[in-house]
Amino acid sequence: EVDLEERLHEVDLRSDLDIPDVPPPTDSTPEILKRALSGLSARWKNWWIRGILSLAMIFGFFLIIYLGSFMLMLLVLSIQVKCYHEIITIGYRVYHSYDLPWFRSLSWYFLLCVNYFFYGETVADYFATFVQRREQLQFLIRYHRFISFALYLTGFCMFVLSLVKKHYRLQFYMFAWTHVTLLITVTQSHLVIQNLFEGMIWFLVPISSVICNDITAYIFGFFFGRTPLIKLSPKKTWEGFIGGFFSTVVFGFIFSYFLAQHQYFVCPVEYNSETNRFVTECEPSELFQMKKYSVPPLLQAVLGWETVNMYPFQMHSFALSTFASLIGPFGGFFASGFKRAFKIKDFADTIPGHGGIMDRFDCQYLMATFVHVYITSFIRGPNPSKLLKQLLILQPEQQLSVYKTLKSHLVEKGILQPSLRG
Amino acid sequence: LQESESENRLDGETASDSESKSEFGGSSPVPTSDDTPEVLNRALSNLSSRWKNWWVRGILTLAMITFFFIIIYLGPMVLMTIVMCVQIKCFHEIITIGYNVYHSYDLPWFRTLSWYFLLCVNYFFYGETVTDYFFTLVQREEPLRILSRYHRFISFALYLTGFCMFVLSLVKKHYRLQFYMFGWTHVTLLIVVTQSHLIIHNLFEGMIWFIVPISCVICNDIMAYMFGFFFGRTPLIKLSPKKTWEGFIGGFFSTVLFGLLLSYVMSGYRCFTCPVEFNNDTNSFTVDCEPSELFQLQEYNIPVGLHSVLGWKTVRMYPFQIHSIALSTFASLIGPFGGFFASGFKRAFKIKDFANTIPGHGGIMDRFDCQYLMATFVNVYIASFIRGPNPSKLIQQFLTLRPEQQLHIFNTLKAHLVDRGVLGSPEEA
Repeated sequence: EVDLEERLHEVDLRSDLDIPDVPPPTDSTPEILKRALSGLSARWKNWWIRGILSLAMIFGFFLIIYLGSFMLMLLVLSIQVKCYHEIITIGYRVYHSYDLPWFRSLSWYFLLCVNYFFYGETVADYFATFVQRREQLQFLIRYHRFISFALYLTGFCMFVLSLVKKHYRLQFYMFAWTHVTLLITVTQSHLVIQNLFEGMIWFLVPISSVICNDITAYIFGFFFGRTPLIKLSPKKTWEGFIGGFFSTVVFGFIFSYFLAQHQYFVCPVEYNSETNRFVTECEPSELFQMKKYSVPPLLQAVLGWETVNMYPFQMHSFALSTFASLIGPFGGFFASGFKRAFKIKDFADTIPGHGGIMDRFDCQYLMATFVHVYITSFIRGPNPSKLLKQLLILQPEQQLSVYKTLKSHLVEKGILQPSLRG
Repeated sequence: LQESESENRLDGETASDSESKSEFGGSSPVPTSDDTPEVLNRALSNLSSRWKNWWVRGILTLAMITFFFIIIYLGPMVLMTIVMCVQIKCFHEIITIGYNVYHSYDLPWFRTLSWYFLLCVNYFFYGETVTDYFFTLVQREEPLRILSRYHRFISFALYLTGFCMFVLSLVKKHYRLQFYMFGWTHVTLLIVVTQSHLIIHNLFEGMIWFIVPISCVICNDIMAYMFGFFFGRTPLIKLSPKKTWEGFIGGFFSTVLFGLLLSYVMSGYRCFTCPVEFNNDTNSFTVDCEPSELFQLQEYNIPVGLHSVLGWKTVRMYPFQIHSIALSTFASLIGPFGGFFASGFKRAFKIKDFANTIPGHGGIMDRFDCQYLMATFVNVYIASFIRGPNPSKLIQQFLTLRPEQQLHIFNTLKAHLVDRGVLGSPEEA
């Protein structure tokens, strides 16, 4: 009897040809669409299905935006869980590890732990007033890291105790697979939510730029495509890539212009403890106030204007769109390589004509991290409420010395009057 | 058919892989050569091989412990360098195992990429710590200031470059190998690099937070082995047949006792209990401070149950010794799981040791497998129960805020202090 592991080890080393192919995804197109398109040829039918589903997704996206920040957060969470599920399922299939039932529980347990850790970190910051009122939450927040670590350790020890002879390697593979998946999906989804709290525009513009780049690169490639871009994805072309780049930059520019005018999109999302809801109301920051910019002499001839009124945010949208068009596709290539490596056509068959959720979101991952890093480096300083919270935890003597330092600094800068009344 | 054969050869599969079923046979990539130095070989040449192995292990153990004491004596800078070297060696050992498992020496790009990712992640973590502890030094030098202000962006850009290089390096027919190595590299980085940085954080908190946990793990290893050797009867876990319950429990009690004694001795010395600080004027590390409450002797009442046993009503202890009980307990009860994890890993990939760096002991990873969980635990413990946020760091963050935000925070703090009675009436402030 050949050890299952030995067989798999050989499968690992031999060329990719020998891994059992995943059965072709079942056709999950709804009946109604099938009947409506029954008269068309298969190629056009596929095109129509993709088109209709794209419009449906975009429409769904706008609907959720209208419904507000809370719905958006729920949506992000659901997508995260679904992506995680898709990738883990692929791992099970590759390693035939459905026979290790413990492992599914452990994978979901780790997902829960990591989400608990991340949500605890954000909740503590944004819902500070809500938390202050409830005793149990205070305790959970204060020892949050310790509790998260204890939960994770429990999972780790369960994993060690669940190691079964002859299945060691499978189990280690699934352990590693789970952790890498967590690293990719969970951290990114939390970065997306943090971007959202910064202001819905920081959530909408990047995601729309990636979607726009996808669509316009496809369209340019369809009409003008000639030179292949990369061996990994034979359908991508240089013409599509470059056309997509320019269209996305223009789109980002115009889209930011419209969004920057509404407080709803521009203001940081805050939690109002009295009404127990999220509010987006504020004085728009400098980024979202019109400024006059001088047009460089070169473009003056082209455009015919000497100055132009723009929002400073539109300059930032340049950076975001550029990233979305130039580096975002690498996320797509990574996913293509992954699918080829494990011989799957799509991550799953959740969306008819498109594949799984991961297929739609593969380019978004790098984008989320980039936007977050961009905001922390160039836009926002540290978070004042978080700073205040940390100040209030200090020992009284430390607080006093900090107070004195701050006071002398503010007086020096002239922000505070050095009068007796402080 | 020819094509598939050539692909087989390219992927490095050998005939022996499919035929061999022995435990350390054909799939075992690294034959363990005898690394023992000549001088030891000669000195022990007349003993039987079992005793010889025991002596070699014993001598190397003492050598490592002596080395540990020497570098403690040499100070924080040397300690940080040693931690860095251990980290790099552990990374190298685990990556080499990956190469051997996947026969991916034929993908030279990959070795470069793995080391590049190690560099990126280290750059990111060192940047975060350096900015905190060397704040004044960094502010003075213009290039360092820019690097620290845009640190995250620069680290991310470096990482992205590596990511794009990986994508561009994907070669047809080798996709799976490459993805495996990519995953392997990242999990290794997660384990090795984060832990070593947590150890350095602990070190900066005070050398006692570095020495006591590591010593407890080492003590538990040795004590569990001794108790197991003399009294071992009931096996503990199928993964490691040599471990016994007697060893486990004996090791637990000895480690707690050892932790109490070691903490008692160390708490008396400032060089161990004070946070490590970088002195800008002398450009060196100093450990000089007023010992915190943790390291001042206090009277504790002994619970009534222990009165008769110990014969004392009260005892003078450092509060830190109470914490050391928590640390030793973790080292004895949960630390071994790190060892079991490593044993499972070695069995999964059919290797006897991680490498053969240390004669009689194996690789550096073999010695450090229990330490990893410990480092994270100590860091989380300190952050949760000991230290609050760092006041000087908070002041730095404050200085970068906008004036309205600064004023708002200042007023809130002032109201809070007046509330608590720490500050007099608002007019006096």
